Amino acid sequence: MIDYLREIISGTWSLFVGLGITIRYFFQPVVTVQYPHQTLPMTPRFRGHIELVKDEETGETKCIVCGMCQKACPSNCITVNGEKREGVKGKVLTEYTLDFTKCSLCGLCVESCPTAAITFSKDYNLAGVRKEAYIFDLKKRLEAKN
Amino acid sequence: MSAFAESEAKETFVLNLGPQHPATHGVLRVKLTMDGEYIAEAEPVLGYIHRMHEKMGENRTWAQFMPNTGRMDYLHALAYNHGYVSVVERAAGIEVPERAEYLRVITAELNRVSSHLLWFGAFILDLGGFSPLLYAFDDREHILDLLESVTGSRLTYCYFRFGGVYNDIDDNFVPGTRAFIKRLRERMPMYHNLVTKNIILMKRLQEVGPISAEMCRKYGATGPVCRGSGINFDVRKHEPYSIYPEFDFDVPVYEQCDSMARYMVRMDEIEQSLRIIEQALDKLPEGPVMAEKVPKILKPAKGDYYHAVETARGSFGVRVVSDGTNTPYRLKLRSPTFSNLSLFGEACQGMLLPDALALMGSLDLVIPEIDR
Ligand code: SF4
Ligand code: SF4
Repeated sequence: MIDYLREIISGTWSLFVGLGITIRYFFQPVVTVQYPHQTLPMTPRFRGHIELVKDEETGETKCIVCGMCQKACPSNCITVNGEKREGVKGKVLTEYTLDFTKCSLCGLCVESCPTAAITFSKDYNLAGVRKEAYIFDLKKRLEAKN
Repeated sequence: MSAFAESEAKETFVLNLGPQHPATHGVLRVKLTMDGEYIAEAEPVLGYIHRMHEKMGENRTWAQFMPNTGRMDYLHALAYNHGYVSVVERAAGIEVPERAEYLRVITAELNRVSSHLLWFGAFILDLGGFSPLLYAFDDREHILDLLESVTGSRLTYCYFRFGGVYNDIDDNFVPGTRAFIKRLRERMPMYHNLVTKNIILMKRLQEVGPISAEMCRKYGATGPVCRGSGINFDVRKHEPYSIYPEFDFDVPVYEQCDSMARYMVRMDEIEQSLRIIEQALDKLPEGPVMAEKVPKILKPAKGDYYHAVETARGSFGVRVVSDGTNTPYRLKLRSPTFSNLSLFGEACQGMLLPDALALMGSLDLVIPEIDR
């Protein structure tokens, strides 16, 4: 009988302790941000989808069309094509397509590139209604930036 | 109304729980044969998120399987990373630099804490309490930020590489982690006052959902499930791997066998993980984070290799068979929750439905890891 009453009292008390914590936290600063009106800074290492890097000297891509990234990718999302041009050493990039619908953001492509021609972008606002919106032409994106 | 069915089931009906039910966390389906409010029979139905990870592994190079490991147990991805890289390193005879092993342990333990915090929130949510989830997510967010700044991703990490880790930590990581440990230690009493000592939680968990040690052995349950049944087994202690033997930590074991015991095991494990991280930060050596001379095209020697790691949910084992080529011949993944779920059918017989859901929550199921 005494145990029963004790349990009722301590049990009720435990509820008040919990309520007290809730009330205390109610008056503490808010920890969330009002996205999309407010955003948090991205960490430098954030791995978004990949992007071609601009060579500061020539203003062109650093890609030498070796195809290592294409081979390293586990999901076959990269298509690289290039052609021989007269007067230019090596190959010239004609196509660099990323099928982002299949990309797992693993970073194996970036690691495998011998010339550091690709990097991660910081894009994360990626919502769309059509699949085609996620087939990125990275060469065009780079040219658009120039 | 008693907590257990008193007589044989006479008139039964079938109740379908899931595959889209908030309490089954994902796409688990349980076919329940009910006798009124009591469960007469429960049969988990799997396969709704089966992605053939094992076969995928056999169709790509050793390195290309790395991102898959983060997508099985997405809550403790780094332990899966760890299991896979360790087995391949064993097969290929790659030595890992000491600093890389420390970073692996630190990040994997942080990930374990975040996994337990998420489980804590989701479990209380199953029981009908909403706000603890928000407190847990507040803390978990700090871990995700720390891990994001090192690994580049927030959930499905792919940070470990054969021979080391992807990149070194930044300057903020060590002070940030220390500050987090301090913060979480200060918050733990709050969690216990808010949740553990709450009479409603105690009434719903104590002496509910008994899982005997014998049942754990029968079904091969590991992790907090077996430690809540009095079995002292933790891969980190009993088949030590990586640099775990260098750290001083305890394995929390509770004898009560009920849902509360499993709850307490995980809550205590958070503190133990913090201890490991703290010691590892103190001892963190300088040096490279990647072994030199890891061949670009890996071709491990012919043979059969196995390695187990302790994830937040139990023992995860990887077996690889190499035929000396650049793809695995066979890849077998032993996931802990598959075994932990298997005992659910037997454990919940005769239980009230809400109690069975509390039991299911205390198993900490992650469905993509069961189905693989
Ligand atoms: S990040 Fe991974 S999946 Fe995505 S394109 Fe690169 S290699 Fe392929
Ligand atoms: S690995 Fe680098 S250089 Fe080679 S094709 Fe890919 S982006 Fe170009």
